[in-house]
Amino acid sequence: MTTLDVQRRLLLPEVDEAAARRSLREQVARLESELGALFCSVYPRTGFDWRVPSSGGPRVLDLRELELLRDGLAERLHRVRRELGERTFAEEERRGLIERMLLEPARYKWVRVRNEDIGERGCKEYRSVPRLGPIGLLLGWWRVKISSGCPLAT
Amino acid sequence: MKVTSGWIDAELASEFPQLALHVVEVGCGSGKSPPEVRERLKAMSDRYTGGRAVQLRQEPVPWAYRVFFRQVGLDPDESRTPAEALALARMQHGGFKSANLLDDAIAIATVETGVPIVAFDADRVGREIGLRLSRPGERLGEDGRELSVRQLLVADEDRSIAVLFGDMADGRGVHPGTRRMLLCAVQVKGVPQVSVEEALWTAVEVITGESA
Repeated sequence: MTTLDVQRRLLLPEVDEAAARRSLREQVARLESELGALFCSVYPRTGFDWRVPSSGGPRVLDLRELELLRDGLAERLHRVRRELGERTFAEEERRGLIERMLLEPARYKWVRVRNEDIGERGCKEYRSVPRLGPIGLLLGWWRVKISSGCPLAT
Repeated sequence: MKVTSGWIDAELASEFPQLALHVVEVGCGSGKSPPEVRERLKAMSDRYTGGRAVQLRQEPVPWAYRVFFRQVGLDPDESRTPAEALALARMQHGGFKSANLLDDAIAIATVETGVPIVAFDADRVGREIGLRLSRPGERLGEDGRELSVRQLLVADEDRSIAVLFGDMADGRGVHPGTRRMLLCAVQVKGVPQVSVEEALWTAVEVITGESA
């Protein structure tokens, strides 16, 4: 063995690529599992981006492609979690707003909160409107009207 | 009904040790679905709700295929796994649409078990079906499109007959003149063998109209 070979072996340690690929596939499986759980907890909210670029399969991916896939999944998971956190915070604030509207409707004139705004299914909405139309408007009689749900399919 | 195991190329087996192919032969072709099969699809549509479609990603068998798709470079949000593709079609069309006996049988088996099935014309493929990687410069079914390097293929002893979870070589699929069919189910890590066998039994039962 020449000195150059010895130096190369010291600088570039042998890597068991098959074992590394197996480990990366395990990581991909774990991240996919977390992404699947997140997908279910996000429902019925919409507008999240779930895409993770693929490498044109089906084929055996090399180490670099698997690393890119793992990083892409981790990044997507992080972004969706952050986005979900921001949305749930806003939804919680709107739930508080509904409670305040119910207590003092006159303070929240014409304010409307939909189910969608609080992360729930359906078309129900809470609206602060004058009681008895123009009479309530003139006399300052306000109430919160809760709609009965989605319109019937025609 | 006898389920046989297809061969797995050594290189592919070293990468995916739990990958397996299960094959069953059916001594008939496809055709129009009888009323009882259409009725079964309809009943299945009624049981299949939006909530179940959303939860699909957390069911162990569909999840295992989703993970496998990721691991082999397929984006399951673009190239849907068969179970998810059926769920999406159910939501978009308001029910599972009847196409023909074979497609209906595969849909029923896939929805009930989560295991995808692919069918070939048994007279147009070799005797030994298996899974292997593509060779440099290889074409799908010898004269089809050029395949990329190390692509996962369903092949017989002579040639590739389909890309795994992808397109099929010309003339290998089931057509109106098919007299015998080969139903193949791919087992991936995390999918119990009993689920794969149940999928094949269900498909055979629907096609032949008798208990497998």
